[in-house]
Amino acid sequence: MFQIIRSRPVADVVVIGSGAGGGTVTKVLADLGVNVALLEAGPMLSPAKDFKEHMWPYQVPHRGSGEGGASYFGRGRPFGWFSAHAGGWQLEGEPYTSAESSNFMWFRSRIVGGRTNHYGRISLRFADYDFKPHTRDGVGTDWPISYQDIAPYYDKVEAFIGVTGSKEGIRSAPDGIFQPCPPPRVHEVLIQKASGKLNIPCIPARLAVITRPTNGRVPCHYCGQCGRGCVTASNYSSSQVQIFPALKTGRVKLITNAMARELITDDTGKVTAISYVDKTTRSEKQIRCRAVVLAASSCESARLLLNSRSPRYSNGLANSSGHLGRNLTDSVGFGLGGQVPALKGLQRHDSDGMGGGHLYMPWWLWDKKLDFPRGYHIELGGGYGMPGVGSFDSVSAQHEGYGESLKRAIYDDYGTHVRFAGRGEMVPNSDTYCDIDPDVVDKWGIPALRFHFRWSDAELKQAEHMEQTFTALIETMGGTVTQPLEPVPDKISTGGEIIHEVGTARMGDDPSSSVLNRYCQAHDAKNLFVADAAPFVSNPDKNPTLTICALAWRTAEYVAEEMRKGNV
Amino acid sequence: MSDTTRREILQKIAAAALAGPIGVAAAQEVHEAVAASGAYTPKALTAHEFTTLKKLCERIIPGASKGGAAEFIDLLASQNRELAAIYTGGLGWMDHAMQRESNATFLAASPEKATALLDRIAYRDKATPELAAGVRFFAWARRMTVDAYYTSPAGIRELGYLGNKGMSEFKVPQEAIDYAVKRSGLV
Repeated sequence: MFQIIRSRPVADVVVIGSGAGGGTVTKVLADLGVNVALLEAGPMLSPAKDFKEHMWPYQVPHRGSGEGGASYFGRGRPFGWFSAHAGGWQLEGEPYTSAESSNFMWFRSRIVGGRTNHYGRISLRFADYDFKPHTRDGVGTDWPISYQDIAPYYDKVEAFIGVTGSKEGIRSAPDGIFQPCPPPRVHEVLIQKASGKLNIPCIPARLAVITRPTNGRVPCHYCGQCGRGCVTASNYSSSQVQIFPALKTGRVKLITNAMARELITDDTGKVTAISYVDKTTRSEKQIRCRAVVLAASSCESARLLLNSRSPRYSNGLANSSGHLGRNLTDSVGFGLGGQVPALKGLQRHDSDGMGGGHLYMPWWLWDKKLDFPRGYHIELGGGYGMPGVGSFDSVSAQHEGYGESLKRAIYDDYGTHVRFAGRGEMVPNSDTYCDIDPDVVDKWGIPALRFHFRWSDAELKQAEHMEQTFTALIETMGGTVTQPLEPVPDKISTGGEIIHEVGTARMGDDPSSSVLNRYCQAHDAKNLFVADAAPFVSNPDKNPTLTICALAWRTAEYVAEEMRKGNV
Repeated sequence: MSDTTRREILQKIAAAALAGPIGVAAAQEVHEAVAASGAYTPKALTAHEFTTLKKLCERIIPGASKGGAAEFIDLLASQNRELAAIYTGGLGWMDHAMQRESNATFLAASPEKATALLDRIAYRDKATPELAAGVRFFAWARRMTVDAYYTSPAGIRELGYLGNKGMSEFKVPQEAIDYAVKRSGLV
């Protein structure tokens, strides 16, 4: 039997999860004088020890291929050995399953800061029309809030974390509070010219990277390695930008290696405590609270609520609508690479820059009638990246022979490739959701999630459109298409692969069709809030992180205000 | 950007780099010193296999030994039985093929004979079906030798990668832009 250790109330608010949502809530509540206990399932982050920024491949004997050359067998660390995440598609002892005829990939990073330590930093505001998709095209569901409700919070988040960009006045890509974006690289200049010929806007990137001193953080030093974690905190990660500073206020108690098991409710239906596994000692603990904010990630938060059953909530906590776990979406992903002869023989120069494209293409056909609803944006790749294991796989795979001719081919190939990646909107469908797998538990006995996933025609047609567009861009540059970036049979990413899973506890004004109200407060339990991407009603063609932060900021202010009024 | 801010950034980077990076040139000296001392003892391969692999790697990429290619492959093979089998099997195949033809191992064969064998397995477009195992092995050796060399200080320098440095302002040489734009015809 476990020994259950109950602690006295330690905080006004317990926040579960320390990624974009949890980090933002913790920072905002601490600034407002609220005491927070922050539960993180992984360990503390030590940037100096954990981040592999600036490391050369030859500084590790396997050069980045992983122990035993894992990457040669398709078993390497996702995003490369040097990436800053602490997790992956599979975590030992923490299974999830896919239902029959479904395939879903779930990326988890167990560490303070979660997936914000390594993510792509793309920071795009949703457009005004993104909040009213059903009104606009009759598909999906409208959000209970509008762009005007969230715009002030986009302002606050951008000003605080720092986002690059430029004022463009494009309706599908609302302007924000921007820091200057560094100039485009050579291949990006070519892409911009090609996109101009195709009437596709190609504008400075909106990345959560600072190019000016911001709140005590030094600007980007342009090493191109954001994904490895930034030791100077010049890009946004909730760990370095929000949580470490919040810890200094003295109002935040961070509890690491704490895997939440369930929320405990009282007779009135309010959450009174959180039961969690202290992974270090494998003992069961409880922490009491006045209010709880879930920010464990969209699917992990849904799992926690589905597992919080009681006589009153036999279907899972906050699930009287039956919508918990439903309305799950991921972004539509498709990538294509090309080789551009115009880049051959270019004088070598340092093209590292920010970790990501310096330009991007917002959706440009938002006012056109197409054979699929919604749209996508385009991300760019290319340049002289730091050579790594696999950098010249395409040459090795195609070049016949060896010796000096192979060396020449590699020298000539280096820096001549461009890559396009589309990230588009998936419309929620009734076959796509997560629930609890009755047969599987994790190593702590917590029931595991089971995923059901299906792309509809809308997404498949959108991915086809991406392929046509990218092909046209490559050919307009005088290049040739090499191979898809993500070679999958259907020419579309696998569900979950883009790591934009959202929507599992959507917000709405009608408690019969939504889990949360317009303040991300559970309809069924008023001291329960959700601050990750679970509240999203749709998943527009803008990566979710900026909107997670903006919604979380708004939710945190609401929590503090309701507590002050005595309503929570 | 002011000099103070710039200095602060570079100091931060220097501090961050303390645990890790050393310059490409210095790293190459270390690599070459280790290689010259012959200090490496094969972990997965026999002495004969390892020397044979070294010769093969050097033929694939002249200079590969400066990049520690054989050591890289042997080390990984010592951690991975599947990979070890690919190399012991492949090297054995090469020796056997060589023996049948000229009564010598790949290592002992004359340069002309060794080249003749390599030429039969290094060109997938011309290879005959009975050479399939050799062709497949050569593809592994080519891919991993390329990786080893171009992730070594010597290979990185040869490619002309100039990054992984702090920059206070990101700039792109105008000549480079002009060159590519002109060649692309996208004016």
